Amino acid sequence: MEPEEHSMEPPATPEEEMPLTAAPGPAGCQLFGYVGIEAVLDQMKVKTMKMGFEFNIMVVGQSGLGKSTMVNTLFKSKVSRKASQPGQEERIPKTVQLQSVTHVIEEKGVKMKLTVTDTPGFGDQINNENCWDPIIKYINEQYERYLREEILITRKRKIPDTRVHGCVYFVMVVPPWGGGHGGHAGVMVVLGRLRPLDLEFMRRLSKIVNVVPVIAKADTLTLEERAEFKQRIQEDLKTHAISVYPQEDFDQDPDDRALNDRIREKIPFAVVGADQEHQVNGKRVLGRKTKWGIIEVENPAHCEFPLLQDLLIRSHLQDLKDITHNVHYESYRVRRLNESNRPELSSPNGLPGKGEGGSDL
Amino acid sequence: MAAAEVARQGEGCRTVPLSGHVGFDSLPDQLVNKSVNHGFCFNILCVGETGLGKSTLMDTLFNTKFEGDPASHSQPGVQLKSNTYDLQESNVNLKLTIVSTVGFGDQINKEDSYKPIVEFIDAQFEAYLQEELKIRRVLHNYHDTRIHACLYFIAPTGHSLKSLDLVTMKKLDSKVNIIPIIAKSDAISKSELTKFKIKITSELVSNGVQIYQFPTDDESVAEINGTMNAHLPFAVIGSTEELKIGNKMMKARQYPWGTVQVENEAHCDFVKLREMLIRVNMEDLREQTHTRHYELYRRCKLEEMGFKDTDPDSKPFSLQETYEAKRNEFLGELQKKEEAMRQMFVQRVKEKEAELKEAEKELHEKFDRLKKLHQDEKKKLEDKKKSLDDEVNAFKQRKTAAELLQSQAQQAGGSQTLKRDKERKK
Repeated sequence: MEPEEHSMEPPATPEEEMPLTAAPGPAGCQLFGYVGIEAVLDQMKVKTMKMGFEFNIMVVGQSGLGKSTMVNTLFKSKVSRKASQPGQEERIPKTVQLQSVTHVIEEKGVKMKLTVTDTPGFGDQINNENCWDPIIKYINEQYERYLREEILITRKRKIPDTRVHGCVYFVMVVPPWGGGHGGHAGVMVVLGRLRPLDLEFMRRLSKIVNVVPVIAKADTLTLEERAEFKQRIQEDLKTHAISVYPQEDFDQDPDDRALNDRIREKIPFAVVGADQEHQVNGKRVLGRKTKWGIIEVENPAHCEFPLLQDLLIRSHLQDLKDITHNVHYESYRVRRLNESNRPELSSPNGLPGKGEGGSDL
Repeated sequence: MAAAEVARQGEGCRTVPLSGHVGFDSLPDQLVNKSVNHGFCFNILCVGETGLGKSTLMDTLFNTKFEGDPASHSQPGVQLKSNTYDLQESNVNLKLTIVSTVGFGDQINKEDSYKPIVEFIDAQFEAYLQEELKIRRVLHNYHDTRIHACLYFIAPTGHSLKSLDLVTMKKLDSKVNIIPIIAKSDAISKSELTKFKIKITSELVSNGVQIYQFPTDDESVAEINGTMNAHLPFAVIGSTEELKIGNKMMKARQYPWGTVQVENEAHCDFVKLREMLIRVNMEDLREQTHTRHYELYRRCKLEEMGFKDTDPDSKPFSLQETYEAKRNEFLGELQKKEEAMRQMFVQRVKEKEAELKEAEKELHEKFDRLKKLHQDEKKKLEDKKKSLDDEVNAFKQRKTAAELLQSQAQQAGGSQTLKRDKERKK
């Protein structure tokens, strides 16, 4: 093998010799042969698989929208709150409660500790003012817990991560025959926009956590209605400057942006949840059986559940965790540390001192 | 108002079986892809005497030519030279930083030789700690300069470790992963080498030096790491020259009595070193640095600054509050000092003022005196003038009186003359 030519980019100048030198910009060096640096990827993979992963997801929406079914379908196992309390009477609680259930699921050697936080009672009252407060408080509590662990002098090797990585918000389909717009025969009826509760909630929460809105029980929408509804929702989100996941500001490079743009066009996903299997064309598929047909959950032509599954699990799970850690957690930390530094400047209903979640962000 | 009750179930975390393919087995791949996009950092510190072949070994290890000139032996003290390079192999971008000691072991008095090295390592930890403690921090984009591996070059004497080596390694073993290697090992014969290795390991053990052990807890690498651990310290040879051996070009060194091939496992342990350092344990080295050495440094540093973890039932946010307390204390001290300085300033001003007033008074007095003197003089002069005037007047009077007398006398004389003349004529 002939030795290759030295084709180095302009190298960094050797610095003056001082006891503690910092290197200036790095020089690019050509490798003349195989070194084996890429083996570090495998090493990393092995390590992470041994350590296991954690993922915390929160589902928010009015009762009856199919949240628990959706989560079960998503993770193909009974991981939701309802599943772990079989036989309990389903009562709508008087106040918003948060219930977390943790399971360990494993697939092909990859262990994941999945925590699903459900919010029964959200939006179910007559007066729903500030029903997002317990949720915001919960999310901030998880950040607080992580922050405390991180600040300790003797830290744990691996800080347990209970922070909410993704919040799936279930948007109710507004029935097309309300709203006082007389529908003309033959013309597509205008569906309502996002309700004020939805807007308020998403506005507040998208600042502290990744929010993924989905249209629940989408089997009551035809395809045209679905497209129309989606467009309205997208317009609403833009008008109110609500940035849902994937957020535009965090696109890292053009490839990322292209991929995320495609996703953003389809947000919110119209999903149907089902946990029962039926026979279709000789195959067993998950679906809802109705008198007029079987809605196949995993068929992209029927509903957008596969897209949601792809987004949440197959392609963007790590991204969700990263954005939670690098962006949301950091901004919480900045707020928290600033407020401790200048207690006299914090507003009366801002974040008070001892880890209580703020209601007004 | 809505109250939040979080009921946590399943703390025992039972495992739930999956009834289909979910797809999160791609998680490690997602993680790896993100890391690839982000790039990797690896920092190696080479400690060893001048002329042991540190730069050549780095060139050989990474199959490239790093720049730099050989150092001379006449350095006044130990210094560290650091260079960063961007290497790329297939899709992995590695930011490699190589730090070398310059002038190590050349001085006459080597007592303080280890200090610059320890300070350098601590400085990197400190920089990371500072970044981590900042309020607005950018940790995921931070260029990690902490030393992940320290290659300690042992001179191939064949006898035992030098005391300088023992002292330096002892100081470094709690701060960095030390991998001792025998440099220029083509100077030692095979039998001497085995004895040398045994002697080195026993000396390290008896002196309590903790060198880096390749991890044996993961089954896939336990076996190879275990055997490698037994081969420490690695006897290496570095060479960037390529010679034709057989029909292949290989890195080798040519002697009159034969050719030493660098990548021949029978000739030296270079291949083992490369395997261990790069291909098998790079990630573990980085992890150990972060979780063990850095955490130790952080703990010591924070305890030194006076922070403590809380007891189970005391105030929650103790780090912040201690920090606050310290900050207030510091501010209080600052204020006191300011006060003291202000007092001193006022004092000085007063003194100066008094002085100036004194001087002013003196000046006034002098002026008064002079004025009085002047007035006296003037008066005297006036008196004199007056007396002179009086005399002048008196003289004038006498003069007029005398003139009058004279004129009378003349008249009388004139008339007498006339009379006389008349008498004559008669």
